Amino acid sequence: MADAALRADGVSKRYGDRAALRDVTFAAGRGELVAVIGPNGAGKTTLLQIVAGALAPTAGTVLLRPEQVGWVPQQPALYSKLSVAENLRLFARLEKVADVEAAVERMLEQTGLKARAGDEVGRLSGGNQQRVNIAIGLLRSPAALLLDEPSAALDPRQRERLWSFIGGLAGEGTAVVYSTHDVGEAERYADRVLVLADGELLFTGTPAELEHVVGDAADFESAFVRFLHERGH
Amino acid sequence: MRWLLLKDLQILRRSPLLVGLLIVYPIVISLLVGLALDRPPEKPKVAFANLVPQGESEFSIGGRKLDVADYAPRLFEAIDPVRVRTREEAIEKVRDGEVLGAIVLPEDAAERLRRTLALGGGGPPRIEVFYNASDPLKRQLVESTIRSRLAEANDALSDAVLREAAGYIDVIVTGGEVALPLIGTVDILGLRRSQAIIEAAVRTLPADAPERVALTQVARFARLAADNLDVSKPILATIGSPVEVRQTNISGATTSLSGFFVAVAVTVSLMFVALLLAAGLLALEREQHAFGRLVRGLVSRTSLLSEKVVLAALCALAVCLLMLCGLAAFTGLDWGRAPAWLAALAAGGLGFAAMGTAIGALAREVQAASLLAFALSLPVAFLALVPSGAVDASLFRVIEGISALFPFKPALDALDAAIGGGTLAGPLAHLLALTLAFSVLARLALRRFA
Repeated sequence: MADAALRADGVSKRYGDRAALRDVTFAAGRGELVAVIGPNGAGKTTLLQIVAGALAPTAGTVLLRPEQVGWVPQQPALYSKLSVAENLRLFARLEKVADVEAAVERMLEQTGLKARAGDEVGRLSGGNQQRVNIAIGLLRSPAALLLDEPSAALDPRQRERLWSFIGGLAGEGTAVVYSTHDVGEAERYADRVLVLADGELLFTGTPAELEHVVGDAADFESAFVRFLHERGH
Repeated sequence: MRWLLLKDLQILRRSPLLVGLLIVYPIVISLLVGLALDRPPEKPKVAFANLVPQGESEFSIGGRKLDVADYAPRLFEAIDPVRVRTREEAIEKVRDGEVLGAIVLPEDAAERLRRTLALGGGGPPRIEVFYNASDPLKRQLVESTIRSRLAEANDALSDAVLREAAGYIDVIVTGGEVALPLIGTVDILGLRRSQAIIEAAVRTLPADAPERVALTQVARFARLAADNLDVSKPILATIGSPVEVRQTNISGATTSLSGFFVAVAVTVSLMFVALLLAAGLLALEREQHAFGRLVRGLVSRTSLLSEKVVLAALCALAVCLLMLCGLAAFTGLDWGRAPAWLAALAAGGLGFAAMGTAIGALAREVQAASLLAFALSLPVAFLALVPSGAVDASLFRVIEGISALFPFKPALDALDAAIGGGTLAGPLAHLLALTLAFSVLARLALRRFA
């Protein structure tokens, strides 16, 4: 991909004898939504942590520096005793954002949490906490945003709002890479899917291409399961 | 680091229960210690039955009259006496638990004393003491109190007897009047005057008089006897206190007992505040899932650790300085040594805080970290307080070795020296070395923290 906003080349991670990731290479273009799917223990979180700079790879390189990548961990990484605005302000300062107050205002607007700015994060719903979590990842207006299972703890209505918000970000040119257990979310929202199993990248392409590779599957989820089964997973 | 410090202070400000506990705890400790030091312990209640008939408690040594009852106030300085009339009543009160012990002065006490002093035979007076053994600790207190006070009374009596004996010797040597029971006042010539009279008589005799040799021998005997009896006075004085005690402090600070209690109370508070705060604040970063976000380029792991150590040490310093000032008001500590207090508190706070971050990094969860901090700190504190000589020498060396690995002992030594005027350099260097060691341990543990 020539105009990639994010690129990882030959990324591997070993924990002693166990290989968590094996020579994974992928890229995400500007405004592209990429879903990372795979069974439990496939290495999805490890891949995103390495790309985010939260974990050092055993081998391989990542094109962007950590400060150019927005990182949204699976669990809201927030201080529950601080308010929404205080959390945003703290991370904006730590990220050395030039105009802290403007960035906080922008994020409050973007997440629709302006009315809750003074509320302690611990008192927000799971959905709103996830919005603040994402907002912190976006404080520096990064070229790429990485989300680790962003909808895991949300109800259907909150999920819909979340994907609408993420879609809006991609529409503005941010490359979005997210991991998910929900194969339906990958089919519905992703431009491209990466299929990981046992730390190995098995497939890169659109959801339709994955269905095409498998053949006569009833739906995307069936195609995904059969794809893994045919490759011994 | 500045923003993280402010963030942690904000979090602390919004945790009123924790902050309240951190402030109230040392204040309560300082008040309790202060009050305990300000008021002497309550005297144990002891029944006292004086069965010596009224008017018969007097006895005399030489011409001097003494009263057995005069020695009771010495005892009452250490006990709260409950006066009873009979021996049975005294025993009953002990049995009922109304008093912790009873002292019975039998009716023949003065008579026996009189006979003993007049070398009249019979046993010495015997005072009866009864204890209630239901509480071994209280029993020990009462027993040792009564025994030491009776020993003092015995000493005082013995001093009086010795003084009289020395008076007799004076009279025998130099002559004078002596009042004796039944006989009345007797004029004693004395050895010196006898010697002078004999020598004067010898000088009047002719040089070849046969009596001269015998009288000269008597005069020499009188002189020798007078000289040697003079020497016996200091010997008699040593009978009352045959052993002279000379005390020299060869190790440790010269802190008073109350000063040492203050040092212990402040060190315990310093330990809890710094240890729990550092361990909890570091574990909280992981529990709130913020650690991964922070260390991906926003803050280095070393800076994060330093921030926790500095914040916990500062909070512990502030709280314990407040506590020390409170205790100083009760115990009259030397305010001129305040800079030394600060140095000891700062170094101790850093040591405990570094240990706290190591605990937080290893435990990784706030509750587990708090539990581990408690579980580790209490035995370490107890071990550090074991005095030398209380256990076997080799076991004490092991205890010393273990105590040296944790900040409690050097922090206590530093505060003890800061309060009592000892040398601070050693404990401070020890604390700084431990701060470094625990920081390295915490930094290593952070590798698997996320």
